[in-house]
Amino acid sequence: MSSELKISTLVDQFKDLPGAMLPLLHAIQAEIGYVPDNAVPLIARGLNLSRAEVHGVISFYHDFKTHPVGRHSVQICRSEACQAMGSRELESHAKAALGIDYGETTADGKISLEPVYCLGNCACSPSMRIDDNVYARVDQTRFDALISELADSQEIAR
Amino acid sequence: MSRFYIPQDTTALALGADDVAAALRSAGIEPVRNGSRGLFWLEPLLEVETDQGRIGFGPVCAADIAGILEAVENNASAHPLYQGEVAEIPYLKSQQRLTYARAGEGDPLCLDNYQRLDGFTGLRNALAMSGQQIVDQVKESGLRGRGGAAFPAGIKWQTVHDCAAGQKYIVCNADEGDSGTFADRLVMEADPYQLIEGMIIAGLAVGADQGYIYLRSEYPVAHKLLNAAIDRATEANFLGDNIQGSGKTFRLEVRLGAGAYICGEETSLLESLEGKRGMVRAKPPLPAIEGLFGKPTVVNNVLTLAAVSTILAQGAAAYQNFGMGRSRGTLAIQLAGNIKRGGLIELAFGVTLREVVEEYGQGTYSGRPIRAIQVGGPLGAFLPESQWDTPMDYEAFAAIKAMIGHGGIVVFDDSVDMAAQARFAMEFCVAESCGKCTPCRIGSVRGVEVIDRIVANDNRDNNLILLHELCDTMEMGSLCAMGGMTPFPVRSALQHFPDDFAGN
Repeated sequence: MSSELKISTLVDQFKDLPGAMLPLLHAIQAEIGYVPDNAVPLIARGLNLSRAEVHGVISFYHDFKTHPVGRHSVQICRSEACQAMGSRELESHAKAALGIDYGETTADGKISLEPVYCLGNCACSPSMRIDDNVYARVDQTRFDALISELADSQEIAR
Repeated sequence: MSRFYIPQDTTALALGADDVAAALRSAGIEPVRNGSRGLFWLEPLLEVETDQGRIGFGPVCAADIAGILEAVENNASAHPLYQGEVAEIPYLKSQQRLTYARAGEGDPLCLDNYQRLDGFTGLRNALAMSGQQIVDQVKESGLRGRGGAAFPAGIKWQTVHDCAAGQKYIVCNADEGDSGTFADRLVMEADPYQLIEGMIIAGLAVGADQGYIYLRSEYPVAHKLLNAAIDRATEANFLGDNIQGSGKTFRLEVRLGAGAYICGEETSLLESLEGKRGMVRAKPPLPAIEGLFGKPTVVNNVLTLAAVSTILAQGAAAYQNFGMGRSRGTLAIQLAGNIKRGGLIELAFGVTLREVVEEYGQGTYSGRPIRAIQVGGPLGAFLPESQWDTPMDYEAFAAIKAMIGHGGIVVFDDSVDMAAQARFAMEFCVAESCGKCTPCRIGSVRGVEVIDRIVANDNRDNNLILLHELCDTMEMGSLCAMGGMTPFPVRSALQHFPDDFAGN
């Protein structure tokens, strides 16, 4: 199915829901991995909004990506509870180990690195999230182990 | 065979609870996946039902299982991770648990378990009352909004109740974004029916038949559990049409946020639910009168709505008996950051900060002295030791220009650089401001720059004056707490820890 067709199907599915925009954007992102530019006019037509309004919503929220991202999302918590437990060092290490900054994806397309402001795991900081899994008390060794497990599971998957 | 419990809570999972469950299965035991009791320093906490009561082992990892199984058969108390009877652990036993009374007892999705532990008693009582009678109960209880602003819940409900009949909404603010907080998450993951019950009661009270839980996307486990709980509650006719034969209707849906801290502010949350940018609205009109889609709307925090089920089950007077001054009931204290024993501590208002961090927390995780404590999230003040004897009460905290907020306590040891923390407060505001008010949107950017200049000893005295004036402008010129309170951590850091700003 082309991405336009996928998006149109989702727009039809969500358009009558009150306040459909966020559920629709989440669904598009879950399906395609990001919200591509060609989604904007389709959403605008389906929800009876201007393209500017749709763009405005997409650009407002940290979660919505407008470009392809890595196969895995790695988020490091930047909030105060994690800072109190060394997350500033963890984030420098993560950037150096992956060779990317926040908002970037590794050259092999495997990992995108993002900051996150609190994962609600603040009693056992520092925290990070890989896809839908949260990890506690992450030091540099644990970070490296989790990232290499990710590499291993990728190879097994292939 | 004894019954084993291992939590499916985010923190327990983050510490390896699934591996422990897998090890139990390999040993031929299917564990109950309960919620956490919030004793996070003991997670993963393995509980075993025995003739001597429910005993605990923690923190356990998969490799400990063989030894624990052997100990359970022979002499449990000899095992090094043995914690004794769970209900007798002093950290838990000394608490005054109302909202978290059921947390960790069993499978959070088991409706029978919920009802066996007094669940839906509040709803059954409410179904026999008029809307006004329910509102009166909430008013008499003295319950104030637990999200941070501490507005009396009953007055908000009365306003929505008094609006002409028609479409009204109950919106639960589950966008728990403050660093150091996890109380909402714990309710949703350990006892989701309690929140659902509170929302149905709110609907009955004000005449609303539709509810939304606005949940932050950072909580995937809570998302899964809430959706499953709503499905089961609907199947059992606690949600939907003709609830338990009462003729009343209430529908409930979870809506996911998208990573914007500002959407925890109630008007911004409503904009987001409507499908717009999460921009703060000017008040008036109050959301109670013109809220979601322009209709009268109750917006309450998870803990506020959860408390309502307790109030309706046990009566307003019972709830009112807890607390001090105008802060009635219990406070869900969340102890976090650099702390040895972090977790959820539910106590009546009035306990001092020092008692919490020293007696429950047992000092820092790093073993170094505590230097600063931030209470109330990223917009809360940093408190030096001279202020740790302040009782946890909304008014007492307001009096020292601090706030209890949502009850999060973040502890820092003496390695903290308070100038860096002040800078972060401004930086966070840059990242999370909705952009509506100039003092917040631009002021925070300038704030970062000015702090950098102060620390670099660049025209220091004048820049200090400038920073204070900037803080004044943000406090007075912003519509909501984001810009209005970002100066709190900045000013408190400057006032109490000036040496950290001395530069090189």
